[in-house]
Amino acid sequence: MTVLTLPVEPGRATAQPAVPWRRMAWVTWRQHRAMLTGVTALLAAVSVFLLIEGLKIRSDYTAMINCRTACQPADNEFGSTDWTLANTLGIFMLLAPALLGAFTGPALLGREIEAGTFRYAWTQGIGRVRWTVAKLILLGVALAILTGAFSQLFAWFFDPFLGNSVGFTDLTATVFTTRGIAFAAWTVLSFAIGAFFGMLIRRLIPAMVATLIAYLGVYLLAWLVLREDYPVAITTSGPVASGAVVATSVNSPTALTPNAPWILKTWVTGSTHWTRYIPVSRFWPMQFIEAGWLLVLAVALGAATVWLVRRRAA
Amino acid sequence: MNVIETAGVGKRYGKSWALRDCTLAVPEGSLAALVGPNGAGKTTLMNMAVGLTIPTEGTVTVLGGQATGSPAALDDIAFMAQDAPLYKNLSVADMLHLARNLNRRFDGPFAQARLTDLGIPLKKKSGKLSGGQQAQVALTLAVARRPRLLILDEPLSSLDPLARQDFMATVMTTMADEGMSVLLSSHALAELERVADYLIVLGTGQLRLTGEVEDLLATHRVLTGPAAEADRYAGQVAVVQAKRGDAQAHLLVRSSGSDDPVPPGWEAHPVSLEELTLAYLRATSQAVPRQPGTAEPQPGNNKKHYQATEAAR
Repeated sequence: MTVLTLPVEPGRATAQPAVPWRRMAWVTWRQHRAMLTGVTALLAAVSVFLLIEGLKIRSDYTAMINCRTACQPADNEFGSTDWTLANTLGIFMLLAPALLGAFTGPALLGREIEAGTFRYAWTQGIGRVRWTVAKLILLGVALAILTGAFSQLFAWFFDPFLGNSVGFTDLTATVFTTRGIAFAAWTVLSFAIGAFFGMLIRRLIPAMVATLIAYLGVYLLAWLVLREDYPVAITTSGPVASGAVVATSVNSPTALTPNAPWILKTWVTGSTHWTRYIPVSRFWPMQFIEAGWLLVLAVALGAATVWLVRRRAA
Repeated sequence: MNVIETAGVGKRYGKSWALRDCTLAVPEGSLAALVGPNGAGKTTLMNMAVGLTIPTEGTVTVLGGQATGSPAALDDIAFMAQDAPLYKNLSVADMLHLARNLNRRFDGPFAQARLTDLGIPLKKKSGKLSGGQQAQVALTLAVARRPRLLILDEPLSSLDPLARQDFMATVMTTMADEGMSVLLSSHALAELERVADYLIVLGTGQLRLTGEVEDLLATHRVLTGPAAEADRYAGQVAVVQAKRGDAQAHLLVRSSGSDDPVPPGWEAHPVSLEELTLAYLRATSQAVPRQPGTAEPQPGNNKKHYQATEAAR
């Protein structure tokens, strides 16, 4: 018996253009507008608070500086009341990218799989790869813009506390990630981690937990290991007895001035005292390096997510 | 052209096979009924056809050789998954808008008109609709894409008898108007008996029977005769199923045509599609004969099969 092999028909669709990407904008907005408006509303509410408090802190600071007699109350207001608030908000700022990512990322695919709606979404003409890529990019960019703008306001709010008795600078690890472009980059990474785990684990709550744990892991890795090796540090040496800079901790600069460098490491070999530090002037190179690898990691996770969507269909 | 073609396709989940060694071809323009008990592999086969599941072995192509899940294939295949998944927090109107944005072709006016006819409020959230209404919305979304192939996974299970008729009427009308092919799965064959013109029977992950309904009915019949002669006679024809009473035996046999000679003392009756399907589902042998004409001839297997079946009785 002869087997007839017919040439594959070109098919009507191949000749015609695919569903345009921009159609996904409405789809993404309609499906995720509750999340997007929720995040926007939350950040906007905190922004208003930061604006009001930021102005108050500045007037407190001026009052403290200009104070000539009976300065205890003014000192307290700025150094104690205002600082406690800023410090607390600063801690929340460290957690914010993790929480934002955990609440937005896993839902993207995890909810579709839990509800079975992926069987609808992934069998439409647009195709599931386009559907996933468009959503990841649109939501990632939206989160980057929202959190980027927000972190500028927070940086302004926190500025009065830098380089004074509190001992923080731009390069203090806990300050560094709340300003510049790092905050947005951390949030985008957190979202990408969340989306990846949402697809990998396929259940919302476990994926959220996994996102928080993975985020913490990457954060500690950056803080304790990677930043020291960003190629912006300077190493200087001097005789041990010369009274050169001596730092005891990686993250606490020795001199409490706005220009205090970030001392990474000090060590002694023979009679030479070595110091490895990052000058404050290199804040932006540090920011770009950090945001750079975070975004590369985020894109890699996004690609892995798309690969899972392609491969691990139910 | 075949709208679905599989060659030795199988899917394994962990250590168990959901479907194995399945070779079939559904011709264009047919309403193919995919029947079998729960867990027979119906959903697995359908998911493969729409690219949601990747086969562990073998190949599946759709619409004349296109790869499953490819943009070209997805463009021309509409799939209504089991339990008709819709976005519960989206209104029906939003679901229509969503479908319009996710597809190159979408007949919005048709969809709106049909839903209005059915009395389904467009402003209502999908999750607030009854199960039957959700199935109707899902069908409307699928049909309005004007697909060349419509794949429906257990679409009737959530519908009451009246709605089942309406549902099938819509499917049949669209088939006639658009030249659409349909693959529809069900564990209840009764509803499909009158409308299906192609049959695929799956039992516990294996293809039991496949072919044009007309051919299947023409090549199978029930022979009734004395029980004492049944064993001797069974050696001469392909027996799918044998039922024996004290005096009489009923043999469901496969024949080359209705003019096959009937042995003296025996009577031949036509078989119903449901009887035929159940008989093939009960025949648990591995080597169930396929519908002649679709698969390569396997004379040895056939003989082995009915002997095995006989022995099991």
